[in-house]
Amino acid sequence: MVPVSYYLVLSAILFGIGVVGFIFKRNLIAIFMCIELMLNAVNLSFVAFSHYLEKLSGQIYVFFVIVVAAAEAAVGLAIILVVFRNRESLNVERVNLLKL
Amino acid sequence: MILHHLWIIPVLPLLGAALNGLLGKRIPQRTVSWIGNGSVGLALLAVLELAREMAFLPPEKLPWISRPFTWIVAGTFRADFTLYLDQLSLVMLLVVAGVGFLIHIYSVGYMSQEGGYYRFFAYLNLFMFFMLLLVLAGNYLLLYVGWEGVGLCSYLLIGFYFLRKSAADAGKKAFIVNRIGDFGFSLGVLLLFWTFGSVEYDKIFGLVAERPIEQAGFGVMTVIGFLLLTGAIGKSAQLPLYVWLPDAMEGPTPVSALIHAATMVAAGVYMVARSNIIFTHAPKAMAAVAVVGCVTAIYSASIGLVQTDLKRVLAYSTISQLGYMFLACGVGAFAAGIFHLMTHAFFKALLFLAAGSVIHALSGLQDIREMGGIRKRIPTTYWTFLVATLAISGAPLFSGFFSKDEILWQTYSSPYGSKVLWGIAVVATGMTAFYMFRLVFLTFHGTRRFDERKVHVHESPRIMTLPLIALAILSVIGGYVGIPKVLGGGNRFEEYLAPVFAPANRGWLAAAATYSHATELGVMVLALGAAAAGFLIAYVFYLRRPQLAEQVSQNFHGLYRWLLRKYYVDELYDAAIVHPVHWVSDRLFWRAVDVGVVDGAVNGLADQARSAGDRLRRIQSGNTRSYAGWVVVGTTVILTFLILGLQ
Repeated sequence: MVPVSYYLVLSAILFGIGVVGFIFKRNLIAIFMCIELMLNAVNLSFVAFSHYLEKLSGQIYVFFVIVVAAAEAAVGLAIILVVFRNRESLNVERVNLLKL
Repeated sequence: MILHHLWIIPVLPLLGAALNGLLGKRIPQRTVSWIGNGSVGLALLAVLELAREMAFLPPEKLPWISRPFTWIVAGTFRADFTLYLDQLSLVMLLVVAGVGFLIHIYSVGYMSQEGGYYRFFAYLNLFMFFMLLLVLAGNYLLLYVGWEGVGLCSYLLIGFYFLRKSAADAGKKAFIVNRIGDFGFSLGVLLLFWTFGSVEYDKIFGLVAERPIEQAGFGVMTVIGFLLLTGAIGKSAQLPLYVWLPDAMEGPTPVSALIHAATMVAAGVYMVARSNIIFTHAPKAMAAVAVVGCVTAIYSASIGLVQTDLKRVLAYSTISQLGYMFLACGVGAFAAGIFHLMTHAFFKALLFLAAGSVIHALSGLQDIREMGGIRKRIPTTYWTFLVATLAISGAPLFSGFFSKDEILWQTYSSPYGSKVLWGIAVVATGMTAFYMFRLVFLTFHGTRRFDERKVHVHESPRIMTLPLIALAILSVIGGYVGIPKVLGGGNRFEEYLAPVFAPANRGWLAAAATYSHATELGVMVLALGAAAAGFLIAYVFYLRRPQLAEQVSQNFHGLYRWLLRKYYVDELYDAAIVHPVHWVSDRLFWRAVDVGVVDGAVNGLADQARSAGDRLRRIQSGNTRSYAGWVVVGTTVILTFLILGLQ
């Protein structure tokens, strides 16, 4: 049986990749995917703990996260679509109209 | 019926004021006139009915006191909404409602072409409410409410043409100068409460009557007397607070007639007469009343000699006549003072209304040097003006003769009076006759000095001349209620008011009786002689040989200028009070305290907040990735704290 620490390390690595990509990527789609990656990294640790502690609540949280992520994807992709239509680019540096 | 519902009398004009003030803009001018005049007319009817009912009341039931409700209760302090009816209140009610009603009717014609017609009537009705409240009040606090209320209406109506700067300034001047007097008055009321534990007339008068008369030193009664006198000086425009009344002529003429001649300015006299027992217990304050009145009478009559604005001459004449009333009260002849108040209300209201009619006829001209020769064109105005002039000059058989003669005689004979004051008052009588006939001759007689091509002289409409005629009749017969005994009359007026002044007058009437009839007649003839001399001089100067007046003003140029500039008192007050106050307000309170301290503190805080915000603003780069970085940093910091904190 694979020890729980393996899962947690994998989760941390995935999360770290997500954070780094979130900060350094310029493409909106890529940033969005990084967010999804972070969410799923968290999901992984939830599931691992749920199995290890033999409690169902962790898995229920995962369902919530997946549902929220789905809703977020719907809204987020719609926004990205609109941004692309207006800017003809997905470069996040150019989305700064709200700056003073 | 009205006896048990006294409150109806002041409330009627209040209703009129509310209706006209709130709805006046939306209803036609005709309706406004009906509401304005109707409410005052009903009040007058109520007063007449009240007079009828009072005649059947047994004398021991007076003063009739009604307390419809308790007004203020705070600790030991208690003030009811007390209405106090006695002979004095009734006389004042009749004068205020009667003259007020006639002036309301006149205003319908006079104001018909003016803007703000409904506003005018709303203010005028509000004034009637406060004035009726003032004379009906049964305690000093309610009197004070009416007192301040008429002051407010006076301010509003002086500044009625508020787009004209001089009118707005005159309103402010009246209000501020009155405030000085009112401050003294309010201190007096507070001292009364502090001394007697009540502000109710019946209680205070009862307690005062038991105290000894303060012959020497400055006791509490003397202080109260002086404080009340301060209030009366402000409201009745006596020296040294008279400066607001001439400027108050900026208001519409009916206002000058109602407020600044007949009723409001007489409130000070009424208050002194109402507090007669306080003043007789403070002989020093009483003497001050007489001296102030007498000096004011001659002082302002002398200014009136040379003024050239029709309404301003009348204003100085009003101040002078109020001085006579003060003189009367100061020598203990309260009834004579009230008598003169009544006759003066008739003839001075008439003078102002007739002057308004002249101004109306000459399309706004007010300078008497540019008038002349219009007596045939506006006969009603001329004859009524002449009647009022005869009355104020003290021509025999006219009302002013009886009241003024009574004052002069009492000044001469009363133990409070003095021959010096009497002499001054007689000289002032001569001056009165002079400046009044000067007005008549310059305005109505002689050659026309205005441009006849520009001004179409026309008699005023019936609605304006009818009140003139009514007041002219009153100016003649108003004196017949008080024909002195020496002329075969019964002096009914004085007898009627005697119960009000009885406690104050103990022993005083007896002293007056020691003079013989011959002395009294002699005094009367002297006053008549002074008036006749005034008339003759005016006749020679302004009708026979007009160049003579010019010559005299050239010969006494310094004196003439001094009088024309009103003894430079306005300039003196400006230099001594207005400018220093301005300077302190401007330099110290505005530039130093307000700008430096108050604004400095507020602006300093705002500046701090803004510079902090400026620095914080830099985080808002608009760069999404930097936001993401900050989120990570923030999360890390919070997590670190949480984890470290948990260990």
